[in-house]
Amino acid sequence: MKEVPGVTRLRQTAMLLFVTGSMMLAQTPPAKRAAIPRAADGHPSLEGIWTNATLTPLQRPANLAAKPYFTAEEAAAFEKQVLIQNDTDNQPRKAGDPGNYNSAFWDRGNHVEKSLRTSLVIDPPDGRIPPFTAEAQAKAQAFREYAAQHPADGPEDRDLSERCLMFSGIGPPMLTEPYNNNYQIVQSPGYVSVLAEMNHDVRVIPTDGKVTAPNDVSQWHGVSHGHWDGDTLVVETTNIKFNNQSHFGVAYRGMSDENLRVTERFTRTDAETIIYQAMVDDPTVYTKPWTIEEAFTRTKGPLFEYACHEGNYAMPGILQGARLAEQGANSK
Amino acid sequence: MRDKQSHPGALIMLLSALLIAAIPLAGQTPPSSRKPNLNGIWQALNTADWDLLTHGAQPGNVPSLGAIGSIPPGIGVVEGDQIPYLPEAAAKKKENLANRWTADPEIKCYLPGVPRATYMPYPFQIVQGSSTIMMVYEYAGAVRTINMGKPTEAPVDSWMGWSNGHWEGNTLVVDVTGLNDQTWFDRAGDFHSDALHVVERYSLLSRDVLNYEVTIEDPKVFSRPWKISMPLYRHVEKNAQLMEFRCGEFSEDLLYGNLRRKPSK
Repeated sequence: MKEVPGVTRLRQTAMLLFVTGSMMLAQTPPAKRAAIPRAADGHPSLEGIWTNATLTPLQRPANLAAKPYFTAEEAAAFEKQVLIQNDTDNQPRKAGDPGNYNSAFWDRGNHVEKSLRTSLVIDPPDGRIPPFTAEAQAKAQAFREYAAQHPADGPEDRDLSERCLMFSGIGPPMLTEPYNNNYQIVQSPGYVSVLAEMNHDVRVIPTDGKVTAPNDVSQWHGVSHGHWDGDTLVVETTNIKFNNQSHFGVAYRGMSDENLRVTERFTRTDAETIIYQAMVDDPTVYTKPWTIEEAFTRTKGPLFEYACHEGNYAMPGILQGARLAEQGANSK
Repeated sequence: MRDKQSHPGALIMLLSALLIAAIPLAGQTPPSSRKPNLNGIWQALNTADWDLLTHGAQPGNVPSLGAIGSIPPGIGVVEGDQIPYLPEAAAKKKENLANRWTADPEIKCYLPGVPRATYMPYPFQIVQGSSTIMMVYEYAGAVRTINMGKPTEAPVDSWMGWSNGHWEGNTLVVDVTGLNDQTWFDRAGDFHSDALHVVERYSLLSRDVLNYEVTIEDPKVFSRPWKISMPLYRHVEKNAQLMEFRCGEFSEDLLYGNLRRKPSK
């Protein structure tokens, strides 16, 4: 792993904070521990159907810069404002604009996080994803210039989710998507299997603490291995495949490379809740690691099958549209 | 056989349950001492995905691929080595076979349906939870969850169907409905309609071998129910794991290649 000079100290501090912060969460008092459902092997049970739908934005909006938490009234006002924004049916539209998804599609729930945080990013403390390194800024600029010239030469130029290859619902890091924010977790001795409704993405995570031999094979969802740290399942993921369309979801145009490592922490805090934390560390892309926290809340099933690739009518539409646009430009 | 106490064969069932439970399965404790532990990574070792019926070796469709592109021979997995198609359906199967190199949904990396997912030439993993069993297939990231509680009805048709499971003694019985009519059973064009009803039976023959038996019923396509059966073998390698085979990426050129931007002259 390449290390960027000057950011090592910051990185170590961030990791230490991540570990200590999480330890405080993991050290649940004994009286409360009894309330957590447990598997036959004594570890907390993460089983069930869950949702991480939330109106809390990934990064703290600029107008809330000095405000890590909403008051209850501010949260209600914020929720109302986001729901009005999503209701695109009631917004003026230019002639010929077919419009975008309406509120029937957007399904990030009706509420912000119970914690009343103003962003899912909890570290750095400003709630913003740290800036790219100089190297990554240059790369991102080159990607943007290429994309402007080649918006849809072929499917490879499109977002990974448009190709049904990779969504950020399952991640890692697992991030709230515009819709389909439902998950089913099944646990057996030695494994936790997490299924996202989005794109039927699934990760079968070994929890025996054994680290598989490192190799150079990369996969869109990486290679994960887990272990129990007290009552918290800690999952380390490396070998995460990437291209210039790897963005950590639609809310943020992120980037990653071969040095990405994601550390996730699943802590079942009560019958209704798993607190999920994920630290994203990619020293050649980000000047500091960053950490998000989201609550997964129990919800009613069932999950539906999202056969994305099988029903991908959008991709031929996008490519055909691009070809027609070129013809139009050539005939002028 | 959900009520062991009242069943005449209860003692035999109980004894076999104890025997099965006594076999250490890859060092894991069974989720419940009364249920067999099917956790593991399994794979069929046959050529059923090429053709459910007995078939000889045949040339492939890409001459430059020679031996690696050819169809390997195999003994059939269908009881009686015959699929009881209704006359019209038999004609359709023939047509599918003639178009096998273009019409098979596997070529496009579409979800395989049930039971085909089980005997594709890729491993799958059983994750046996407390009230749900998840089956995760390497091919296309296909997955299904088997509800082991009170049976529920398919809310809508889907590629992988709707699975309700229960234990009959030491056998996991999975009833699958709600399957759409888009999948094939094999690369030889064997097919079904949306009236397909599949009943799968998984039982441990030994620590590392499952017997997989399937009853297939579809009154729109077949004159009677028919059965397939085969062993499924456990991956016993210490580092066995499912890898990612999101083959959609490899079918893009086939599906969208005609819409690519042509290189400018």
